[in-house]
Amino acid sequence: MSFAPRSDFPLLAAQPSLFYLDSAATSQKPRVVLDAIRNYYETANANPHRGAYRLSGAATEEYHGARREIARFLGAADADTLIFTRGTTESMNLLATAWGKQHVHRGDRVVVTRLEHHANFVPWQQLARDVGAEFRICELTPDGHVDMDQLRLLVTANTKVVAFGHVSNALGTINDVREIVHIAHAIGAVAFCDGAQGAPHLRVGFDALDVDAYAFSGHKMLGPMGIGGVIAKRALLEATHPYQFGGDMIEFVFDGDTTWNALPHKFEAGTPNVEGAVGLAAAVRYLDGLGMDAVRAHEVALTGYALEQLAAIDGLQVYGPAGAESRSGVVSFTLGDIHPHDLSTMLDVDGVCVRAGHHCAQPLMRALHVAATVRASFYVYNTTTDVDALVASLQKAKARFYAHA
Amino acid sequence: MSTSADRSAGLAALYQERILDHYRHPRHKGVLERATGVHGEKNPLCGDDITVSVLQRDGVVIDARYTGIGCSIMQAAASMLMELVRGRTREEIDLLSRRFDEMLASGEPEEALGELGALAGVAGFPARHKCAKLPWRALLGAIEHRNNG
Repeated sequence: MSFAPRSDFPLLAAQPSLFYLDSAATSQKPRVVLDAIRNYYETANANPHRGAYRLSGAATEEYHGARREIARFLGAADADTLIFTRGTTESMNLLATAWGKQHVHRGDRVVVTRLEHHANFVPWQQLARDVGAEFRICELTPDGHVDMDQLRLLVTANTKVVAFGHVSNALGTINDVREIVHIAHAIGAVAFCDGAQGAPHLRVGFDALDVDAYAFSGHKMLGPMGIGGVIAKRALLEATHPYQFGGDMIEFVFDGDTTWNALPHKFEAGTPNVEGAVGLAAAVRYLDGLGMDAVRAHEVALTGYALEQLAAIDGLQVYGPAGAESRSGVVSFTLGDIHPHDLSTMLDVDGVCVRAGHHCAQPLMRALHVAATVRASFYVYNTTTDVDALVASLQKAKARFYAHA
Repeated sequence: MSTSADRSAGLAALYQERILDHYRHPRHKGVLERATGVHGEKNPLCGDDITVSVLQRDGVVIDARYTGIGCSIMQAAASMLMELVRGRTREEIDLLSRRFDEMLASGEPEEALGELGALAGVAGFPARHKCAKLPWRALLGAIEHRNNG
């Protein structure tokens, strides 16, 4: 079931006995991404927007060319509404700080879900505390989906924003973005989507989703670390004050006041991360080459295989939605009373890289009544060989742990 | 630990019978009602959570108990540690704590540490040093608590 060749990924090619199953934390990088970054520095490096000389123009073109490609990949026609940030965390903080402080007031309500990563939970919790708004958490159904009936009740007339993840990083649950957006819009609230785990795995189609803002991280979708962004509706961005001040984002600076540059510059203070943007553009070209529908089909097949193989291990409990169709390539589980950290240490010895812990989702872990789980997550370079290595290593770990019990 | 055989041997040492036995059948688990000091420590990354209560008299730890949840390394270390420190002075415990740190650095079992010497295998797993040290931090905090009080 080879999909994206392992030979395209230098780290994986160099370590043939490594079974990398932690792509929900960060993906490996294809050579084309590394080459694009190197090529940028070797041929076009200068500070964009600054110089009248041709090289600065080349850097500017590389930067905005990358923006156009990434916007197109995510289904946004208006590329200037894509704001580059360090990633989803900074994007959600931008929304909560810049838009939130301006639009959410005492007595208003802010709604998130029990599935949220801390990066889409804490900014809203803290915003609500700061302005005196109500912070409400929509609970889950027993199979790990957002309880839409409860959400309809929670989203009351005083609700200003519903912040939710496209895909849960801890359980893999794929949320019904359109329906959540519909519920928010029905009472005039905005809907902000944390797409950190969505953009790498699913065709996003920003314009069609009608979501007010969609945040993503480049490093989870084959791009480099330190680049990501948020796409938002133009009207929302234009009605929002900038949240960082400095170079690039200004228009005229007078002694007593300043006017702001046009989008996207208004929200991009300081020298931008051009290498990151260029690297991420190469990553989305690579993903386009595979085709996002094929990426999804590969993950459904591999996740289905993994769920089937894991179910055969006695004492193993999988969390989250039952079938592969309603989750992305994420499988969270526990095995008997083996602590997830003990399990991940034992798997690591066999070259199996999995995440163990609370997955930056402590509110969710409390609801599941577990302190931690083990999480295996798949991406384009994973195959059934990786799943087989995981299963074999789990069997060994179990035998070792219960040898004297 | 470079070869896969080395790594496997390291794992066998880490999850040896004595450690798993302390994990499954912890000694000295509980809360001392007449504790002279109580201290809790957490590792938010993995959810390990331990509270140690100690009873000291004339500079000697008469009894020590712990409650908590966590991985086998943390639980076994706690169980063995409570056994080790009973009847010891503060100075002796400080010395043993340094010996334990040295053992995690060297990987050589330390006789003075009694059963805790079984945790020498943790040395080869730097990501797990925190687990083995957490009970020490809770214990030293509980002893300190009494001194501060």
